Amino acid sequence: MSADLIVFLVLSLVAIASALGMLFSRNSVYAALFLVLNFVTVGVFYLLLGAPFIAMSQITVYAGAIMVLFLFVIMLLGTDELAPSKALPAQKWLAGLLAFILAVESIYLVFSRAQINASVTSPDASLNTMDSLRKMALELFNLYLLPFEVTSVLLLVAMVGAIVLSKPEKAEQAS
Amino acid sequence: MIPVDYYIALSAILFVIGTLGVLIRRNPLIIFMSIELMLNAANLAFVAFASVHESFSGQIFAFFVIAVAAAEVAVGLALIVQIFRTKKSINIDELNSLKG
Repeated sequence: MSADLIVFLVLSLVAIASALGMLFSRNSVYAALFLVLNFVTVGVFYLLLGAPFIAMSQITVYAGAIMVLFLFVIMLLGTDELAPSKALPAQKWLAGLLAFILAVESIYLVFSRAQINASVTSPDASLNTMDSLRKMALELFNLYLLPFEVTSVLLLVAMVGAIVLSKPEKAEQAS
Repeated sequence: MIPVDYYIALSAILFVIGTLGVLIRRNPLIIFMSIELMLNAANLAFVAFASVHESFSGQIFAFFVIAVAAAEVAVGLALIVQIFRTKKSINIDELNSLKG
């Protein structure tokens, strides 16, 4: 068993445990903190896969910006427990069964078409140089320039939309 | 040397946990977090394949997914806050009409 595999197994255990912790914790703040742990773990996976830039954006954007936003809203709305649903009593069991089937199915599909020779080599120091980052930037700004610009417009639209949605409804009464 | 299938299997497991969260939780904030988890699982698969094929396209797609997730969270959380203001509740079972 190589060192890489041990690191992978421990980290995946942490990732799955923190995802389950998010799923089953009663308090929303704990759920958000479990999700931060999960995002950081996935960021370390990106480092293992030789994608340092994506790892850093994962940590800053997901674990930083998005989760801070989530925590703000949780604090705003209160963390009170919701009463269990009476609408569909069998929903939990049905959902669990369906999710189990989905898990078995997808893992069967992954391993039935296993590519034995396609394996991830552990990244060497050359990936953490400026040269590797420059190659990625060249591809991003040449081949994917249009999606990049569309994404920036999308972010602007989302920003305006969030401001419009969270504005108090005084404008309606005035008109 | 880790087979890429291990990463894809891990990504599938995280995705299923996210699906389960969307299905069984009643708090829209937790449902939203589960959606983030699912996006993250898809990103992990993207980056794993990018690493195997030694191409940057997968990483760039993951980067775009991160940006779109940020936009989605901003709008979605604003919607949840607005729903809370109108209904005084965020239980997903009580939000069954489109009327304000």
